[in-house]
Amino acid sequence: MSRIGVFVCHCGLNIAKTVRVSELAKFASTLPDVVVAKDYKFMCSTPGQEMIANDIKKHKLDRVIVSACSPLMHEQTFRKVLENAGLNKYLVTIVNIREQVSWVTHDIEEGTAKAKAVLNGAVYRARLLGPLTSRVIDVNDDVMVVGAGIAGIQASLELANTGKKVYLIEKNSTIGGHMAQFDKTFPTLDCSACILTPKMDAVMQHKNITLMTYCEVSEVKGFVGNFDVTVRQKARYIDHSKCNGCLACTEKCPGKGVSEWDEGLVKRKAIHIPFPQAVPQRPIIDRDACVFFKKGKCRLCEKVCEHKAIDFEQQDTFTTVKVGAVIVATGYDLMDTQPLVQYGYGKYPGVYNALEVERLFNSTGPTGGKVTLRDGKEPQAIAILHCIGSRDKNNYEHCSRVCCMYSLKFSHLFKEKTTADVYQFYIDMRAAGKGYEEFYNRIIEEDVKFIRGKGARVAESADEPGRLVVEAEDTITGKFVKLPVDMVVLSPAMIPRSGSKEIARLFNLSTDKNGFFMERHPKLAPLSTMSEGIFIAGVCQSPKDIPDTVAQANGAAAEALTIVEKDKMELEATTAMVNPSSCCACQNCVRVCPYGAPFFNEQKGVSEINEALCKGCGLCASVCPASAIIARHFTNDQVLAEIEGLMEF
Amino acid sequence: MSQTVTPYLEMSRAIVEAGGEALKKCYQCGTCTGTCPWTPITHFNIRKLVRFGQLGLDGIEDYMWGCSTCKFCVDRCPRGVELIDVVTAIRNVYSGGGMLPQSLRAFVGSMSARGNPWSGEQSKRNDWAKDKYPLYTQDTKYLFWTCCTVCYDPRNIKLAKAAAEVLNLAGLNWGMPSVDVNCCGESVRKVGDLELFERLKQNNLNYFNTHKVDKIITVSPHCLATFKKEYGENYDVLHLSQLIDKLIKEKKLSPKKNFGGLKVTYHDPCYLGRHSGVYDAPRDILKAIPGIDFVEMGRNREQSMCCGGGGGGLWMEKLKGERLSDLRIEEAMATGATVLATSCPYCITMFEDSTRTLNVDEQIKIKDVTELFLESLGVNMEELMASAADLNFTCKMD
Repeated sequence: MSRIGVFVCHCGLNIAKTVRVSELAKFASTLPDVVVAKDYKFMCSTPGQEMIANDIKKHKLDRVIVSACSPLMHEQTFRKVLENAGLNKYLVTIVNIREQVSWVTHDIEEGTAKAKAVLNGAVYRARLLGPLTSRVIDVNDDVMVVGAGIAGIQASLELANTGKKVYLIEKNSTIGGHMAQFDKTFPTLDCSACILTPKMDAVMQHKNITLMTYCEVSEVKGFVGNFDVTVRQKARYIDHSKCNGCLACTEKCPGKGVSEWDEGLVKRKAIHIPFPQAVPQRPIIDRDACVFFKKGKCRLCEKVCEHKAIDFEQQDTFTTVKVGAVIVATGYDLMDTQPLVQYGYGKYPGVYNALEVERLFNSTGPTGGKVTLRDGKEPQAIAILHCIGSRDKNNYEHCSRVCCMYSLKFSHLFKEKTTADVYQFYIDMRAAGKGYEEFYNRIIEEDVKFIRGKGARVAESADEPGRLVVEAEDTITGKFVKLPVDMVVLSPAMIPRSGSKEIARLFNLSTDKNGFFMERHPKLAPLSTMSEGIFIAGVCQSPKDIPDTVAQANGAAAEALTIVEKDKMELEATTAMVNPSSCCACQNCVRVCPYGAPFFNEQKGVSEINEALCKGCGLCASVCPASAIIARHFTNDQVLAEIEGLMEF
Repeated sequence: MSQTVTPYLEMSRAIVEAGGEALKKCYQCGTCTGTCPWTPITHFNIRKLVRFGQLGLDGIEDYMWGCSTCKFCVDRCPRGVELIDVVTAIRNVYSGGGMLPQSLRAFVGSMSARGNPWSGEQSKRNDWAKDKYPLYTQDTKYLFWTCCTVCYDPRNIKLAKAAAEVLNLAGLNWGMPSVDVNCCGESVRKVGDLELFERLKQNNLNYFNTHKVDKIITVSPHCLATFKKEYGENYDVLHLSQLIDKLIKEKKLSPKKNFGGLKVTYHDPCYLGRHSGVYDAPRDILKAIPGIDFVEMGRNREQSMCCGGGGGGLWMEKLKGERLSDLRIEEAMATGATVLATSCPYCITMFEDSTRTLNVDEQIKIKDVTELFLESLGVNMEELMASAADLNFTCKMD
């Protein structure tokens, strides 16, 4: 015989609009073992919580059912209420009558009936619940940051400054990310290098940061507080412990590869550093471009290297690092616009993408900062086309958020560096950051022409050979504009960095339909993920600008700190356990678990479960033919009782 | 007109160089068109005019003559675009290409040849005064700037005389300019002839300088705004309504005639209200006159309607149904007023035309505030007009 209290939340009108909440509370009071049932406008508020706490004491409750929103939202809130009232926190049951009832119907009859059914099931189940005890584990102090763009750099520095040891993993041979490719940043037009390179240097110098460039994560084991991450150091063919960064080798190298750093606009040596301010200042050999690797002879670099640092035999190496938390900050790529044939990217030399243009502006770029076309001439008219592949159901539905602003920045730089007429073809101007509207005003007054209409087609000019014509509707006048230009700049959709699918798999992150990593909650847990102890920052979560990225990086660092600051942490008690005497050793559980929690104990001949990895999803219990696995908090009896309660309706 | 266009930025730049710098700021939100009094009744679209100007598109001539420079859009523009400057610059650039409408040619021609818009001979500029009123000399305190319209337009001569009488009754040391001056140039500037405007302005400035003018009273708000904004800052310029208001408040002149419940409403001239910020002075004069039952129209002060006479509108033909002055007369009559008072000769002309074409000239009279005020001092306007030449009128100060 238990004593159950039922608390029905209105959630303002979110629930009350399609569920008769007071009728539901009255109904609850008629159910077995229910001694008190109430409804209230916002159960999660302080008065709501106090009401539950008081009723626990007053009515000597030993079970509490909160009929409200998803347990993802407030289960922890109400567990705390029970804990503070002296009850075991697993004795609270959340009945989701918002996401699963009120929000999925417009019919109050239907809504009320379904709410009664699920509540009935919950009461049946609650009667069979028992207290559970959480396990406590040790927590590793260190943090890994994956990706060393501005987000990863910022998060690493913040953490390192608190005294935590940070492993910063970067897949390229230098840190800095896309920000290091830019010349200026909007809306202040700060020199990108001036604000970024000191941070890059600080990373290099920091005693608490272990910088691992040209590395990729290859395996992740463990769980929050105790991750074992294996990192692959890709072969650089240069022993960096011997190399002093004199770069004599790069002068002699005859091998030519495409400069990734300059977005393929120019070639670079096979042995190279990506750009003069690269961190670390140590070269690597591009195997595909190296004459020795291709033809079997050359080794000029080896001859000029006084430190004997060249090592053509070098292999990839693997290191396993133990950390308590991980921040993933893997950034973005621009979508490939070549398949959008109407814009002629890759076909007409006058069509550029945004990152290529960033390099044209940059004094360390292929033109030394001059804006010239591929034939060396200065453009007389330039069209910037917004939303190429973004806000487009045929490609990516999302808004890439920064294109409006960087397109304005481009306009300014074009005006500064050329005498060209500059046009923007836009759908909407989105300038919703601090100082952004003011920046937009400034650019408008620099006599940039704005055509409200998406660029529809880029074609070769029939009248002027070598020139291009941009076609679009100026929706403001309703006229069809044919604009002759020399240069077209595409602002393509920002998409997750290549390889982020693999990162998602390794760290068990979910992704949205465009491949961006999913946050735990879009508003209240934007930097956490469904994988405990793994945090995200920057554009890998969704397109954003540098200020927002830096803010997220700081936030993710603080989130990671909340874990690694602790010596020990409590694990969720709702895990599965194996009854060894019933186990038939079929290992179904080992095969189905997405978290790798069950393992087969060869010695004992039975499956066992690593509780620290177990998320309590119950998959193993459901596939166990011998019913040897018990999912705590979701035992067969409990689940069957709940179904029985549901089926009564 | 072809649907396909190619931006022609040379034209856009020419507009900017002609003073339409503000063209660049516009982001085409349409607040101007939404505010513009012409939008509901004509095809004129101020936003489109700016848009065509921004890109130098053909077809701009369809929109360029619709604006009466009432400044309503300028006051509401979220980007601070000086739309009147843009309109003026566009007219300047395009009328240079022979696009001046037929109806404005006589006006501009008269301005150029005679220095006034009414084809009056320059030597007859002061004939209205019949030598009754003093000329300005270096020893005079106030220059009473007689607008061309009050000098030559038969209806508005009444206003000139009323003004002169009031100045006399106030015992002020004043004089009017000699016939050497010419139009202040406001309207010719707004129709885009910036070169002619400069010529007219220089001529007037020469007069001001040689006669050491520093205090100017205007009867037309168009002259007022032009002197204040375009003639430099060496002059203390007042509209007559401001002066009268001051005289009443300082008890130098006191209205005494009781109008016995005459219902009067007041129309804010765009150039006195929005352009110059004078809203209270004319109202305070009306309220000081005994027996005037003052009523406001729905749209008043900052939100006042335009009569349609600014920006060259006075000289342009408008079709019935496309006249703002007609709408304003209807609005005034809806208040029950039998007198529509205002304080601008252009407004008077526009409204009197409308009362005649609407056939309501017996039901509502158009008067300048000055005229009502003079009557309240006991002067009969009709007598003044009839016998101005030989009337040896001496009014006593109260």
